[in-house]
Amino acid sequence: MKFTRRDFIRGGVSAFTLSFAAPAFLSDLARAQGASRRNLVVLYLSGGNDALSMLIPFQDPFYFSRRPTIFVPASSVIQIGRDQSNVSLGLHPRLTGLKQIFEEGHLALIQRSGYPNSSRSHFLGTDIWSTAHPENSMGPGWLGRYLDSLPSPVDPLVGWCTQREVPHTLVGNRVSVPAIPVPVSSYAFSSPNPDSAERAYSRTAMAQIASHVPVDQPNLAFVNGTAEAALATLDRVASVGTYTGTVAYAGDGLSQALKTVAGAMARGIGTKVFWVQIGGFDTHSAQQVNAANAGYANLMGNLSTSLLAFYTDLKNQGLLQDTVVVQFSEFGRRIAENGSAGTDHGAAGVMMVMGGSVNGGLYGTAPNLNPAGANPTLENGGNDVTYETDFRSVYARIMDNWLGANSVSILDGDYRKSTLTFI
Amino acid sequence: MSRPSALIEHLLRRAGFGASPAERDSYDGLGYYEAVSRLVDFNPDETDVDNRIGTPGYVGTTSAGAFSPNQVINDARQRWLFRMIHTPAPLQEKMAMLWHQHFATAFTKISGLVEATTATRMMAAKPSEDAAGARGQIELFRQYALGNFRDLLIEVAKDPAMLYWLDGRTNTNNKPQENFGRELMELFTIGVANYVETDVYAAARVFTGWNLVNVGTTGTATAYQAFRYNGAAHDTGEKTFSFPIFANGSRTIPPRSASAGMQDGVDLINALAFHPETAKRLARRLWTWFVSEAKLPNDQFVDRIADVYLHTGTDMKATVRAVLVSPEFMDEANFFQRYSWPAEYVVRMLKEVGYVGFSVNSALQPMINMGQQLFEPPDVNGWELGPGWFSTGGMLARMNFAATVASNQRVALRDAARPSRATPQTLVKFALDRLSLPTLAPEVYGTLLDYVRAGNAWTGTDAQLLNKSGGLFHLLTGAGEYQFV
Repeated sequence: MKFTRRDFIRGGVSAFTLSFAAPAFLSDLARAQGASRRNLVVLYLSGGNDALSMLIPFQDPFYFSRRPTIFVPASSVIQIGRDQSNVSLGLHPRLTGLKQIFEEGHLALIQRSGYPNSSRSHFLGTDIWSTAHPENSMGPGWLGRYLDSLPSPVDPLVGWCTQREVPHTLVGNRVSVPAIPVPVSSYAFSSPNPDSAERAYSRTAMAQIASHVPVDQPNLAFVNGTAEAALATLDRVASVGTYTGTVAYAGDGLSQALKTVAGAMARGIGTKVFWVQIGGFDTHSAQQVNAANAGYANLMGNLSTSLLAFYTDLKNQGLLQDTVVVQFSEFGRRIAENGSAGTDHGAAGVMMVMGGSVNGGLYGTAPNLNPAGANPTLENGGNDVTYETDFRSVYARIMDNWLGANSVSILDGDYRKSTLTFI
Repeated sequence: MSRPSALIEHLLRRAGFGASPAERDSYDGLGYYEAVSRLVDFNPDETDVDNRIGTPGYVGTTSAGAFSPNQVINDARQRWLFRMIHTPAPLQEKMAMLWHQHFATAFTKISGLVEATTATRMMAAKPSEDAAGARGQIELFRQYALGNFRDLLIEVAKDPAMLYWLDGRTNTNNKPQENFGRELMELFTIGVANYVETDVYAAARVFTGWNLVNVGTTGTATAYQAFRYNGAAHDTGEKTFSFPIFANGSRTIPPRSASAGMQDGVDLINALAFHPETAKRLARRLWTWFVSEAKLPNDQFVDRIADVYLHTGTDMKATVRAVLVSPEFMDEANFFQRYSWPAEYVVRMLKEVGYVGFSVNSALQPMINMGQQLFEPPDVNGWELGPGWFSTGGMLARMNFAATVASNQRVALRDAARPSRATPQTLVKFALDRLSLPTLAPEVYGTLLDYVRAGNAWTGTDAQLLNKSGGLFHLLTGAGEYQFV
């Protein structure tokens, strides 16, 4: 069921490979398309984040009784106040960096975000969040559709994926987003011959071969288009590879990916949509929410230090107003722990939005974790958290109020929600 | 140099990893059905390819200490690449790779829970070389490469790596664990549209007690974890599904005593293995793996292959043979219509361009950059195949690996190219004869000639041959055309 790009190629991939601009025009194009320097960074927590361990209703007795071995003690959580339903909430103790950003008013936490009949499948769930089409999640991604809506030709670096596999969210019909895994130093041309003239001959010939785009062979056209885009962007990517930043970033993958994003912003590449992600959230066993140096606690630690470094680096350079980070995961997890000191697949979760232009705070209401009786905040016999804010409303707000696109047309429906004022 | 027919070369790319010049010679003159039989009718227990590791004339391996493929995952990766390059039974390694994709299990999760040496044993130990006779998951896949699919499902459900990967080891009647039961239906058999959420809960209960137990002597090399059905941890109640479990149409597994409860899992696996949707889903997968990624299978193909699968009692040897002799597989229009996996790309390049003096260790990081680290699929759904391999970063990694191999082999290539030094055309012909490629477009051929002529006027000196032979193999194996098998 997992979505692949094969369907688009079958439909005639030459359209999107041909829409790449010739390298000579790239810098002009980047300048023109970068006129608004605003960008969006999508942060994906892969595996299904246990939202109840990230944003903790630490005064709900059922949080403790249903998680007898994997609760975070009330005395450890970082208290951040009450939501509009007067529930006291706390961040995971390792989220000290996010606490700082929250206190500075630049972090919004959107509780119980999800959609009706939430899928518990990683793959279907990810496809649904990627396309914003719960009914038919096989088409292009919501940000792929946004990139497709930009006037042609587009700069190949209009999107930037910091990992090897381009996620469904960024797959469009026309625009192809480059995958530039960190460290970007390996994103360079190699020649079999050390001689510099021979090296140049090789690069010229390779680029000529890649520029051959046979319209009657869409698969070959797609591969050649990919090679061409790689060769056309090497030099600008190399300029980002030398970026050092104003703060020290940690060595983990997410920190290094965010450093690359900051570098692309500082170098004025003009990228509009970035993708970063961190895995390990499929915590079926040994979740270790309270560990000193392991498990879910470490995931929270990485999340916090990497985002704080990114935030501070941009702030130091006056770039914080230009970016919005939006975080999602394919589902939240079950309320009760399982027999392996972990949690199984659940339903609604928490989304985070961060940036200099973000109106921080707690949005929406926390679930009441009491499984007994009529409890509209739960579903599946009281086992899972039910959604309150449709994730498409969050996307709509970002489309309309940040990217300057029309959410109704990009999302194929009107999901605007006036109370969702995070931006 | 002799070459077998284009059809047999197609077969060798798909049912194997391409062919070295010597292997091509050995297939020259063979009829197509003979060639299929040679590939299909291997004895899974009889390949001695591992004995060649470390001997002259074969691709090299590199390791920090003694080569320990049963304990060190990087060495296990090298052993597997070595086998892919040199095995006399390439379809066995191909099927093992396909099962590794189908039952995608990643080393990292296991090595986060047990010691890395233990995790490597679970992934790759060869029973004849392991102190406890442990069979790593990949050896299971090699043993059942063309075995019975139902039996393979049973073995997978009992496989220690799988019991860690999808947490079956902790699945007990007090706290049923859904992970394995869900993926068994969603990914290993019937597919996501053919079960409902309550089936997941029931499947979890079915496999309660399918756990692990410590065996051997603690603190010695014989210590290991092996499958054990633990009746005390089994949920003995009845389990009802939305699809038939028994031949009489019953959807309910009856209550069973703790001691007899292991039959629950066998019943469910039987039902899933023989479910018509499993047959069709496998047929569609076999299409993608063997026939074409450029178009979807027609219904006749799916029905025909699904029928073979069901009527042979889920025998994969008969099923795969039916695929390889199908008119669709043999259709010239489907040649070079599959995007190569990084492992296929790397192994085929080494077989065709050369490997003497090359260590497969030097392919491991490039394969990560191409998106395929063996024993490390991104999740239980496996790698995203087809165009999914071809991000800009992934394509760049391929072009750069082409440069690495061409650079490593350029002296040997220069020597081999000497008889073809007369003109740029003869040199290009030499390179094209060595590789299995579709016909190149005239403008691509023109670019190759221009490349040979770039710099000093062509006179065919050894210095020119050294640069341009390596350079041509880099361009050709880095080209879009070479990414397809």
